[in-house]
Amino acid sequence: MAYLYLAPALLVFSLFLLWPLLHAVYLSFFEWDGLGVGTWVGLANYGDVLTDPDLRAPFWHALVLVGFFCLVPVTIGLVLASLMTRTAVRGAGFFRSVLFLPQVVALTVVAVAWRDIFAPQGPLNDVLRAVGLDSFARGWLGDASWVLVAIGVVGVWVGTGLCMVLFLAGLSNVGREVYEAARIDGAGFWRELVSISVPSLRGEIAVAVTLTMVAALRTFDLVYVMTGGGPGRASTVPSYEVYQRAMEKGQVGTGVTVALLLTAVILLATVLVNRLAEEKE
Amino acid sequence: MRIPAPRRLIGGLAVVALLTTAACAPGSSGGEATDKQASDVATDVADMGDVTLTVWDQEVRGGQAEQIKQLNAAFQEKYPNITIKRVSRSFDDLRKTLRLAITNDEAPDVVQANNGRSDMGQFVSAGLLRPLDGYAEVYGWDDRFPESIRALSSYGDDGKAFGEGSLYGLPQAGELVGLWYDKQKLSELGIDVPRTTDDLEKALAAAKQAGETPIQFGNLDGWPGIHDFGFVQNQFVPRDDVRQLGFGREGSSWTSPANEQAASTFADWVSQGYFTEDFNGLGYDAAWQDFAKGNGVFLVAGTWLLADLAEPMGDRLGFALPPVGADGEQAVTGGTGLPFAITEESKNADAAAAYIDFITDEAAMKMISDAGNLPVVDASPEGLTGAQAEVVTAWQTASEDDAIVPYLDYATPDFYDLLVSQVQKLGAGSVEPDAFLGTLEDEYSSFTSGEDG
Repeated sequence: MAYLYLAPALLVFSLFLLWPLLHAVYLSFFEWDGLGVGTWVGLANYGDVLTDPDLRAPFWHALVLVGFFCLVPVTIGLVLASLMTRTAVRGAGFFRSVLFLPQVVALTVVAVAWRDIFAPQGPLNDVLRAVGLDSFARGWLGDASWVLVAIGVVGVWVGTGLCMVLFLAGLSNVGREVYEAARIDGAGFWRELVSISVPSLRGEIAVAVTLTMVAALRTFDLVYVMTGGGPGRASTVPSYEVYQRAMEKGQVGTGVTVALLLTAVILLATVLVNRLAEEKE
Repeated sequence: MRIPAPRRLIGGLAVVALLTTAACAPGSSGGEATDKQASDVATDVADMGDVTLTVWDQEVRGGQAEQIKQLNAAFQEKYPNITIKRVSRSFDDLRKTLRLAITNDEAPDVVQANNGRSDMGQFVSAGLLRPLDGYAEVYGWDDRFPESIRALSSYGDDGKAFGEGSLYGLPQAGELVGLWYDKQKLSELGIDVPRTTDDLEKALAAAKQAGETPIQFGNLDGWPGIHDFGFVQNQFVPRDDVRQLGFGREGSSWTSPANEQAASTFADWVSQGYFTEDFNGLGYDAAWQDFAKGNGVFLVAGTWLLADLAEPMGDRLGFALPPVGADGEQAVTGGTGLPFAITEESKNADAAAAYIDFITDEAAMKMISDAGNLPVVDASPEGLTGAQAEVVTAWQTASEDDAIVPYLDYATPDFYDLLVSQVQKLGAGSVEPDAFLGTLEDEYSSFTSGEDG
């Protein structure tokens, strides 16, 4: 009887999630150009992804992006949120909206805008030259050692607002009297942050970390629009590799395999974050 | 262990799903494409009854859209029994959706397919496009289109050999990657349009000396690097060698002394500052727009920019074939617009062929030229002025002299990606010319020796 209630959801779930996932697993055992007949290759695609440096590198790049998309925004978001609850800032609502704005804008639009900002003669370099930092000015997206940082900065810009708003919502549940009590006991800003804000925001931090980390791992739009994986292959990420292989180069098997491994990494990371958050509670 | 019921159910589903799918390999065996003999071809379109032709094209930009609309209207007017259902998409969108559309039972009749191995080549090897040799005989296409043009739409039956075998499509337009220049800047610098590599290097040095950007170049998108490197290579490597390399045929080598010279010259020009500063961080569009604004003496780019450059630059804009190297042979990277091909699934192949003949015949070429494009045949600078006349003259010269060499990325299915990233690295100085050529040679030789699919 219980399954009858479950049936509609289960049906939708199997049709749109489970079935494609299983089909993907099945495709990953083939070498297939998407047009003709595929050839069964067993686990060879998985072997390729694990041994081919061209296919491993994107995963390392994604890891670097996790730092920028996740760790930095969560930290900044925490600091900003605590600052905003501690002192009544005039026009706080306005600042909140401005900081949250990047979340509302489509990522492709964000990417086009930042691509111009990072251009050799773009605003960023203009500013650097204006303040005498000429030696720092460079073609940011064309520089193999800076390109990931440049993409990461965009991630920080996008992610910070989300984290801050999440944390603000969480902090509004903490009674003002708790802070007042702490302050009477002589707690400063950092003491408050570490002893009150962070512990009471455990749930929100887990959510923020999960959301931003997943966003970092499956980044596609920013790379596709801003660099196309270049210069060289310095900024390819797994999702971009999936698209390249499966849609452009007719290597459906390899592409799907990368996609499956990415899914596995994301699932694992999500489970890990939630375990950590639960354990502490 | 007792498995909880829901999990058992899902597990069961999974096993069933795997069993049902594992029964067959993905994709359907296309088998052999229909090869119609000349004797079986019907050419009387009026006699074919009511036919709807679905045509997928990417002629969406200004002059291109204009000519195809006029031609479609004219064809339907001439044959009222034909209805053309036109689906137009940008080049990128067409490339991506065509893969799915062409495997469908309801595939379009006529499609514009990109010439390269990863598009037309794969379609041919999967038996999704029809060889047009029978039609070519009936309509006399072999006489109308020179060998070098037909080669760009020709494949062996298995789709492996490119540039030979059967004809699979016909293009409307031609394109060259040549040397755009700013006439005003040249006269300010007191230099003539460079015709030889020596002249060019002198001109570049003079421009640099005068504080100008010698060659405007934006390589953030990657593919412009293929054009700019090819431009240098064409001045050092004999054109037959470039052809072998470009078509991915055996018998040439990326590590030849001529190629070494080309790669080190490219790297040298970078270190001399002959290209835009930080070009790997500059977009293609931004670069040519900068050139149009008067920033840069030369721009190495395709004739497809004619309309975009001519509008802001007017009489300042000039176009020339790449300078001739020491061997005295003109070589220029170029090709055709996307060829129109007939799908295997088309139920009206004869009507489709008549349509392709119609949009590429003499009257059509006139219309294409009038709309400001470069027609692939019958091009004539008569009645044209300014840069358009120079472009058409260059095309005529290059076709007659057999100077056109294919895009380098045609070579192997992976060559585009490889070349793009390697030229970016060579330009950044993070790979030496020797290593650059070595990487390309590995891919080329493993492909031509058949080790790599």
